[in-house]
Amino acid sequence: MRASAGAAFALFPHDADLGVTGQGPTVEIAFEQAARAITAAITEADVAETERVTLTCDAPDLDLLLVAWLNAVIAEMAVRSMLFGRFRVRIDGTHLSAELWGEPIDPPRHAPACEPKGATCAMAEVRQDAEGLWHARCIIDV
Amino acid sequence: MDPARLIRLDDTTWRAEPTGAMRAPVVIYAEEALIRGMDDKVLEQARNVATLPGIIGAAYAMPDAHWGYGFPIGGVAAFDPTLGGVVSAGGVGFDISCGVRTMLTGLPASEVEPRKAALADRLFAAVPAGMGRQGDITVEPAAMDALLEGGAQWAVAQGWGEAEDLARIEEQGRMAGADPAQVSERARLRMRRELGTLGSGNHYLEVQVVAEILAPEIAAAYGLRLGEVVVTIHSGSRGLGHQVASEFLLEMAARGMPEGTTLPDRELACAPIASPLGQRYLGAMRAAINCAFANREILGHRARMVFRELFPEAHLSLLFDVSHNTCKEETHKIDGEPRHLFVHRKGATRALGPGHPALPERLRAVGQPVLIGGSMGTGSWVLAGLPNSEARAFASACHGAGRALSRHAALKRWSGRAIQDELAAAGILIRSPSTRGIAEEAPGAYKDVGAVVAVTERAGLARRVARLRPIVCIKG
Repeated sequence: MRASAGAAFALFPHDADLGVTGQGPTVEIAFEQAARAITAAITEADVAETERVTLTCDAPDLDLLLVAWLNAVIAEMAVRSMLFGRFRVRIDGTHLSAELWGEPIDPPRHAPACEPKGATCAMAEVRQDAEGLWHARCIIDV
Repeated sequence: MDPARLIRLDDTTWRAEPTGAMRAPVVIYAEEALIRGMDDKVLEQARNVATLPGIIGAAYAMPDAHWGYGFPIGGVAAFDPTLGGVVSAGGVGFDISCGVRTMLTGLPASEVEPRKAALADRLFAAVPAGMGRQGDITVEPAAMDALLEGGAQWAVAQGWGEAEDLARIEEQGRMAGADPAQVSERARLRMRRELGTLGSGNHYLEVQVVAEILAPEIAAAYGLRLGEVVVTIHSGSRGLGHQVASEFLLEMAARGMPEGTTLPDRELACAPIASPLGQRYLGAMRAAINCAFANREILGHRARMVFRELFPEAHLSLLFDVSHNTCKEETHKIDGEPRHLFVHRKGATRALGPGHPALPERLRAVGQPVLIGGSMGTGSWVLAGLPNSEARAFASACHGAGRALSRHAALKRWSGRAIQDELAAAGILIRSPSTRGIAEEAPGAYKDVGAVVAVTERAGLARRVARLRPIVCIKG
């Protein structure tokens, strides 16, 4: 993955579901990190990069683009029965294109703790802080 | 939540009067201790629901209400299409038609207990559970429309269920008005290999014992006998429902309401019922309801096959199958006049009272079974709809215990392995692909389901019939 200062992801509590945040020096890296947080919520095991998947999505603004992006990642996981460990995002206005690297789910090894259903608009926010770092946050229904 | 933020009307009814943009009050059914345990966001979200156009009566919250997204979980709200009423993808939720079914085995616990380890292993092998475990059913494109239109009726026609089940499923197992054309290719792909799978999170298949009977006459009508074994399944419309919800949520959030309409929370994502988008969502949502009906019917079939193998004399008959994440078109009396409404129940169970024409004949005299899941350590409940259920909250009741701790907090507090060992020592066998998942679903992470159903009864929403104690739990 791209070595980027300030890139990080985290999970935060929500009553029945799960909050994810991603941050980075660019909005694209913040989006990538938010997707990594979903993988971390599912498994503590390493995810090998044996397959590459591409996707695109659109939304009228950045907050909804984050929701659309995470929903697209969740759908790819479900349709392909895969987990993804690395992401590369490009954003042009309100259009997003991405590459995802991962491997088929191996239930005994990955021991998935939860199955994400979808990204919600609840608390969905993309912002840049005073230091210039981008933050992307939303609630995932699990 | 500080109870002082509400007006207490009686022991179990609390109200917040309309202020600002609210078009209706908020009514919460709970006792003071449950109110204190609720997040402030429950009231905030219920207030937001009360601002939506066409809302009738109040924005209701059930005793197990907790912070959701858009609508609170445990929320009920009805809208009148002739008053600009809306349908909300956020008000139904991601797991469209998630619900519970309970099947009677007629077996005494004494017969099942000695073989429950083998039963747990066989059920875990037969019922695909957890992310990445696909079923042995592949729904080819040609069959998908029939599934989405036919629901459990389709599953029975394929040989994955019994015709006698259909009368015991809401809508006789087939939701009318489904429009498969509104279900995207992506949603269909997500379902291609997921039919007959349990899912993850709080979904489960449990073998339970009828541990207590509180309403003997109703229990007898339901076929529930003390000390006998039942099977309860909690699952929904799987990936297809999730995808339908995701897509319409975004579309409604972006352009659901007429220009100039301001919603207090984007997650309320809705559209006028009468609008093309509202109608498209209703068609897709009903197709997802059929998907859930079929999925639970097939899961029940899998359980039947396992019991047939281990207990050949047993026949599993369906007590009832009821959803708790839906928007249903229903007629309710408002000020004595019948009104045609769209009732959202998000984490709330329909609870029809005695005499309701939608109930099967054999249940009509006693009211609808209301199936309430607890946690894997504390058990579940069977309730019955009451004559005044309709007047309280459009014939709705709670749906579960409600979480006391987030998954995040549960994971910090408990080890899945330790929980599994503790429950085994207490006679409850857990089978799950993930010990971390078990920790997130630890019994201590849930509120006391006994307190929730007791308040549900005192509030006149539904009456307690029987308590079910788990002996085997298959978790996703």
